[in-house]
Amino acid sequence: MFDNLSFKLEKAFQTLKGQGSITEVNVATTVKEIRRALIDADVNYKVAKEVTDDIKAKALGRDVLTAVSPGQLLTKITNDELTELMGGTHQDIKLDGNPSVILISGLQGSGKTTFSGKLASYLKGQGKQVLLTACDIYRPAAIDQLKVLGEQIGVEVYAEPENKDAVKIANNAIKHAKDNSKKIVIVDTAGRLAVDEAMMDEISKLKEALNPSETLFVVDSMTGQDAVNTAKAFNDRLNFDGVVLTKLDGDTRGGAAISIRRVVDKPIKFISTGEKMDAIDKFHPDRMANRVLGM
Amino acid sequence: VGKSKVDEEVLDELEEVLITSDVGVNTTIKIIQRIEDRVARDKYLGVDELDKILREEIAGLLAENNTKDLSDFSLPEGKKPYVIMVVGVNGVGKTTTIGKLSAQYKRKGLKVVLGAADTFRAAAVDQIKLWGERVGVPVVARGMNTDPSAVAFDAVKQGVEDNADVVIIDTAGRLHTKVNLMNELSKIKRVMQKFIPDAPHEVLLVLDGSTGQNAAIQAREFTKATDVTSLAITKLDGTAKGGVVIGISDEFKIPVKYIGVGEKVDDLQVFNKMEFVDSFFKKSV
Ligand SMILES: Nc1nc2c(ncn2[C@@H]2O[C@H](COP(=O)(O)OP(=O)(O)OP(=O)(O)O)[C@@H](O)[C@H]2O)c(=O)[nH]1
Ligand SMILES: Nc1nc2c(ncn2[C@@H]2O[C@H](COP(=O)(O)OP(=O)(O)OP(=O)(O)O)[C@@H](O)[C@H]2O)c(=O)[nH]1
Ligand SMILES: [K+]
Ligand SMILES: [Mg+2]
Ligand SMILES: [Mg+2]
Repeated sequence: MFDNLSFKLEKAFQTLKGQGSITEVNVATTVKEIRRALIDADVNYKVAKEVTDDIKAKALGRDVLTAVSPGQLLTKITNDELTELMGGTHQDIKLDGNPSVILISGLQGSGKTTFSGKLASYLKGQGKQVLLTACDIYRPAAIDQLKVLGEQIGVEVYAEPENKDAVKIANNAIKHAKDNSKKIVIVDTAGRLAVDEAMMDEISKLKEALNPSETLFVVDSMTGQDAVNTAKAFNDRLNFDGVVLTKLDGDTRGGAAISIRRVVDKPIKFISTGEKMDAIDKFHPDRMANRVLGM
Repeated sequence: VGKSKVDEEVLDELEEVLITSDVGVNTTIKIIQRIEDRVARDKYLGVDELDKILREEIAGLLAENNTKDLSDFSLPEGKKPYVIMVVGVNGVGKTTTIGKLSAQYKRKGLKVVLGAADTFRAAAVDQIKLWGERVGVPVVARGMNTDPSAVAFDAVKQGVEDNADVVIIDTAGRLHTKVNLMNELSKIKRVMQKFIPDAPHEVLLVLDGSTGQNAAIQAREFTKATDVTSLAITKLDGTAKGGVVIGISDEFKIPVKYIGVGEKVDDLQVFNKMEFVDSFFKKSV
């Protein structure tokens, strides 16, 4: 679907060279190709504009037009810019407190419950005592889903099927963790839209009550332009610590990663690459930049 | 008429509205081209007319080779049971849409049978069973990790035996890039056809309204594997607009039938082109 950006840029530059005119206006034309590629990759419209403005400034500073292969150089500048934007190096999650609480948040169907299981399994693999907590009291069979995953990975799941108060369940889970020497409590929550005031209140209260050492925002990597609105709204309420990008085992470009990073300036900490419990990985900004650019 | 300054501004604004609604670059260019052509032809005068033309042109892309919007949740005549297979990538809202759709049919006095053919995702069978209880319709299941085509076969068979009006088959979410899983869908179809040769009568592809340009690839790949006949777009109760469906509907000539606007049983609506297009131009929060 996408032609290789580098190839496109090279072609654009060849056309320009043929015209023999090397001006700022011409750089602007090629930068437009980059913008389009970003938007095609689901980078938010405004973010794509800002990012390409930065790229343009850098390109002009580096005499792109007189380079041997200006397309390649511009592609490299773009790639570097995106990599830097997404945080340069991997950032780990914080595990403070006893127990350390990790609060999982996000839209419906983004992959929170699956990720909760994966993270539990990952931390268990590091020799930690983990407790999963089922605080989605709305979705049909949400508790069962977490329990099945817990069983698969051999991690206990705390649930109170009759209790309709997520904050109380979570508090009880922490008590349970202390009594049973679990060092980490992962709290799975219901999916919610940022415009749902009652549900956003619920998760804000969870955060206040639990004082988590890590609050994660789980987002589907196929998300389009709306990623910025949602990320911003969740961040305004939760001031989350990091982002989890899911479903990267597909063929989405994943431009949402760039939008979110730019708008809320929080690191992407994990990626999710499948339905199985071991399909979890650390985030690598350089690989993501390549992916967004279709390289 | 040469372009005035207002025109450029209006077109720039339009471009922003379309792109930020996930319409995509190609379809946006197509829409703007259609508007420019029409403005040149009709000698457009004011912003109000442009507004009207714009909505008409976008709705036109949705309609061009399509049937009219459904007026209610009725079933086509002449197939009993009418078999619907519901497909889509992970977490888009397939099972929930099935629950809501069953409720609509039930309300019309139609007899519904559900097939729990997602035997893969944790607690998927429990989830659809709970929907069945909530709505009051039977769910045919063989449990987790069983063969999904056998479940689909059982459901269709029970539909016939019970003289049901409609059988709806839930399937596991799958990314279109997974060849084995896409082949599995073809197999589910084939096995149902042993019992009802023209089943499924409808393949409903569910798309998440907050998905960006990948939804177009989903539409292409699911159509290749299963001959998708209709679309549902979910989660339009948020700030996402679902604009990618315009290009999909235009390219693949598949009608959008339903939109999901919440998690509750009543949060399913029949698709209305004009309302859909209008939602792009409403300021979001
Ligand atoms: N292919 C793929 N599927 C995933 C991934 N992560 C989750 N899923 C699937 O996506 C679907 C939704 O995942 P859930 O974990 O239930 O999502 P959720 O955010 O908990 O959903 P709600 O609780 O309903 O808001 C399920 O079918 C998962 O198996 C991933 O990285 N890749
Ligand atoms: N806000 C909102 N949420 C929805 C809508 N439709 C479904 N959901 C929610 O989205 C999440 C996923 O829905 P499911 O019906 O489980 O999705 P699915 O496609 O069956 O998921 P898998 O079987 O795991 O692939 C659940 O939390 C639903 O309640 C909708 O129209 N609006
Ligand atoms: K919406
Ligand atoms: Mg969940
Ligand atoms: Mg399902």
